[in-house]
Amino acid sequence: MPGSSFDGMTQQGVRWTADQVLALAPDPASRKAGSELGVAGPWSETGRSGEGTAWGLCTGGGGTPYRTVVDLADASGPAYTCSCPSRKFPCKHALGLMLLRAGGDEALPRAEEPDWAGRWIAARRARAEDGQAGGASGAPGAPPGPADPEAARRRAERRAERITAGAAELEQRLADLLRGGLASAEQSGYGLWEETAARMVDAQAQGLAARVRELGALPDTGPGRPVRLLEECALLHLLARGWLHRDELPEGLAATVRSRIGLSAAADGPPVRDRWLVLAQYDTADSRLTTRRVWLYGTGSGRTALLLSYGAAGRSPELALPVGLALDAEVSAYPGAGQVRVALGERFAPPGPTAARPPGTTTGRAVARYGEALRDDPWLDSVPVTLDRVIPVPDGDGWQLADADEDAALPLTRAARSRPGLWRLVALSGGAPVRVFGECGHQGFTPLAAWPEGPGETVTLC
Amino acid sequence: MSRTTAAVEAPLPDDWEELVTTALLGTDRRALADVAPGPRAATALLDAAAVATVRRRAGLLPARAAERPRPAPADPRPPLPSAAARRLTMLLADRPGSSGGGRRGSAPDLMELLPQWLAAANAHGYAPPPAVLPALLDAARGRTDLRPAALRFAGPRALWLARLNPDWRFALRSTPGGGTSGPGLPGTDGIRRLWEEGLFAERVALLAALRSRKPDAARDLLESTWATERAEDRLMFLDSLRTGLGPDDEPFLEQALGDRSRNVRATAAELLSALPGSALAHRMAVRAGACVAVDHTQDVPTITVEAPHECDAGMERDGVAAKAPAGRGERSWWLGQLVEAAPLGTWSRRLGGRTPREIVALPVADDWQGELHAAWCRAAVRQRDAAWSRALLGNPSAPEAGGPGAVSLAERAKLLGTLSAAERAQWVAGFIETHGLSEAFQLLGVCAVPWAAPVGRAVVDALNIARDAGSYPWSFSGVMGLAERCLDPSEAGRLDALLAVPDEPENASPGAGGYWSEAFQRLVTTLRLRAAMLAELTPPAP
Repeated sequence: MPGSSFDGMTQQGVRWTADQVLALAPDPASRKAGSELGVAGPWSETGRSGEGTAWGLCTGGGGTPYRTVVDLADASGPAYTCSCPSRKFPCKHALGLMLLRAGGDEALPRAEEPDWAGRWIAARRARAEDGQAGGASGAPGAPPGPADPEAARRRAERRAERITAGAAELEQRLADLLRGGLASAEQSGYGLWEETAARMVDAQAQGLAARVRELGALPDTGPGRPVRLLEECALLHLLARGWLHRDELPEGLAATVRSRIGLSAAADGPPVRDRWLVLAQYDTADSRLTTRRVWLYGTGSGRTALLLSYGAAGRSPELALPVGLALDAEVSAYPGAGQVRVALGERFAPPGPTAARPPGTTTGRAVARYGEALRDDPWLDSVPVTLDRVIPVPDGDGWQLADADEDAALPLTRAARSRPGLWRLVALSGGAPVRVFGECGHQGFTPLAAWPEGPGETVTLC
Repeated sequence: MSRTTAAVEAPLPDDWEELVTTALLGTDRRALADVAPGPRAATALLDAAAVATVRRRAGLLPARAAERPRPAPADPRPPLPSAAARRLTMLLADRPGSSGGGRRGSAPDLMELLPQWLAAANAHGYAPPPAVLPALLDAARGRTDLRPAALRFAGPRALWLARLNPDWRFALRSTPGGGTSGPGLPGTDGIRRLWEEGLFAERVALLAALRSRKPDAARDLLESTWATERAEDRLMFLDSLRTGLGPDDEPFLEQALGDRSRNVRATAAELLSALPGSALAHRMAVRAGACVAVDHTQDVPTITVEAPHECDAGMERDGVAAKAPAGRGERSWWLGQLVEAAPLGTWSRRLGGRTPREIVALPVADDWQGELHAAWCRAAVRQRDAAWSRALLGNPSAPEAGGPGAVSLAERAKLLGTLSAAERAQWVAGFIETHGLSEAFQLLGVCAVPWAAPVGRAVVDALNIARDAGSYPWSFSGVMGLAERCLDPSEAGRLDALLAVPDEPENASPGAGGYWSEAFQRLVTTLRLRAAMLAELTPPAP
């Protein structure tokens, strides 16, 4: 948005607020550790340049102090380096140093950068300029395209064949399962699903493998279990059939099938620039992978978009955006009809505060929206929805979000019921209407962020 | 059409139930309507189930709304400044055990700062951001010492919330009828009803709250049902009269001296003896005075003691316990109780017009000094007599003050409690300068927070000396912890010089220097944090 000014821009370069810095922390432990280092005590030889870089030595538990440098001037996001061995990114020292910088000009004296900091800054700046030059002119030295398009095509074909074989095998296994009955298959336990999932991994159909694994992980008890089992088996069947008949499907649905089955595609949608309000950021982890979901709301376009970022097991994904702030950036959609997933492109300015909130709707319209979305993607578990004027209401063992002005309500999902965010939502409401963003699907509603009726910051619920 | 009720399954269409049943039993065992049995039946079932699943999901409708809770009462207090709100979130996120325990590093112990933060926020009268209430209630649940301040700060919405979550039921118990510090007591009728129908804990809290505002009304309330209360309840209720004790309470207390319960009688006597003008105090003064005299026949005037020979019915009625604990002579046991209950103001006349300091300085014959001085200490604490406390405390830098003198550290801490904050600080500073930190922990505990300059300086100097002496910092971890919480944040600058790792003196414990630097690091960091914390709570000048 040219012409508008952002908080935090000063003549001495970019200064972030403490809020923005803390929102970069990869997890609560780092946030806490970083905030403890955001005071002058453990730091020495600190300084800052006029161009938005800052550096310092941080004493830890004795021994050599760590060398920390941060660069806040780059619009594509802050950069950090630190000599500590932490695998967190940014580490607590980088967070602490940025907090120190956020504390004001007095906290860090303007100074000549020491050699160790200067080398990193210079190398970084040089890389950034190379990148720009290369991109602008398409000069020789730019990364070459695929070495051999013919070989790539053959590889893709071979993979498709393996997936086809896997899908056919899955169809056979599902048919056998239903001939013998789910009840008797249940007695063979979790191993059945694990084995099938392993076969799908062999067939390079990660999407099928993940769905099968989830089937094995359904809650063991409860009257709803046979229903859930049949639903999931049927949807697996639908996906396998969809793959086998993908040539007969409309292009949008075929793209959805490809992505559901596990074939990754590039986000090739046209870039959309907007001020994106970060609604929610949360991680889910299994033994292999940590998946981070970041929900964005385009304050200009009114679009809701999802960013995904992955980290190896036990490591936090690299992408971290500050919930409640808006960033001026471009995003591109992934292929597939009704697809909400996007890739983050260029960022034009650091995140800043905004008074914008997504407009809300009623519970009735929210479930209708989910129903409509199933037309494009029948495997969809939920859609992002903002509910306006709803009240959290206890309902037996569970909770629901009830419309303030109608006799209608959505139950909260089982997962949402056991999260601490539920109580933050109830406390925020105090029995009065609130606005709630979340995921709405066949399991119910999972609240992720909320706002009070009057003015107030985004309250994160995840 | 199904509804998204997870708890109550709405009736499903017949053919869906049919599909589920067939799927459970298997198509080999149960034929599907319209499909010939055989290998294709299973696929037909999956086809039908896929269509039905998507149709069911696409046709979801909202459920009926359950009964809505009544809205929480409004909180009229101004909202917390946003920097302070963030700080609170940070303090609450620091759960014990989250840092893994073991040796303390150089990072501040945030949870320990929570009590101070709450006190300051309550002093300003801020309301918390609603979303922080769950974490606040969880913290108060884990630490009973935090509860009064945390619940006061949490305000009415926290009580509303606590009714919805069994984990937080303690909050409802802790603040009946508005609590001891809540914004208002119930009206006269409400007080009467709560007093007559409330649970014991609610009644104790009500009485305490009323007593702190209207002492006479509280006593009248108690008197109205006194005869029908159980003995252990009478004891607790009587105890709440300690607050705002005054001459008007004497008739009621005098009557309680005839109570059926021995503990109630003893408490009534103790309260009466704290009223120097009471008849009981006068009786005790006469009895005690008969036991203590100054003998002028010696070279120096000397106090002689003639302990009572019996404990008569009158003494017992006035709260003197006749039976001595095992290992104590009963005559000295009785003497102690008489002197403790006698008004201190009567001794000067009895002992030749001497001041408290002169009286304490007199030698005491026949090893009675310990018994007599200890009783005077108890009396000075009970009657909150600063002149006697000062005399009994003596000079902090006197050599015997550090050793096991007649007056124990615990008693000294109590005596200090009767002095003004400034005088207390001066005395404790003097003590630390002479005797170091090893005995100072209890005494520092009674000093006002933040510590007055002399105390702070004495503690920092003493820590510096301890470091130079080469011992490990954890020998002083108690005092260090206190200093982190109590030292005036403005002292942080003076500590900067201590942060460096010093050269190790020859006789030092190995590595001690590094640990000291780390400990001072934590101290300074904590002080800076506290300064920032308090600044955030101070509203900007208009």
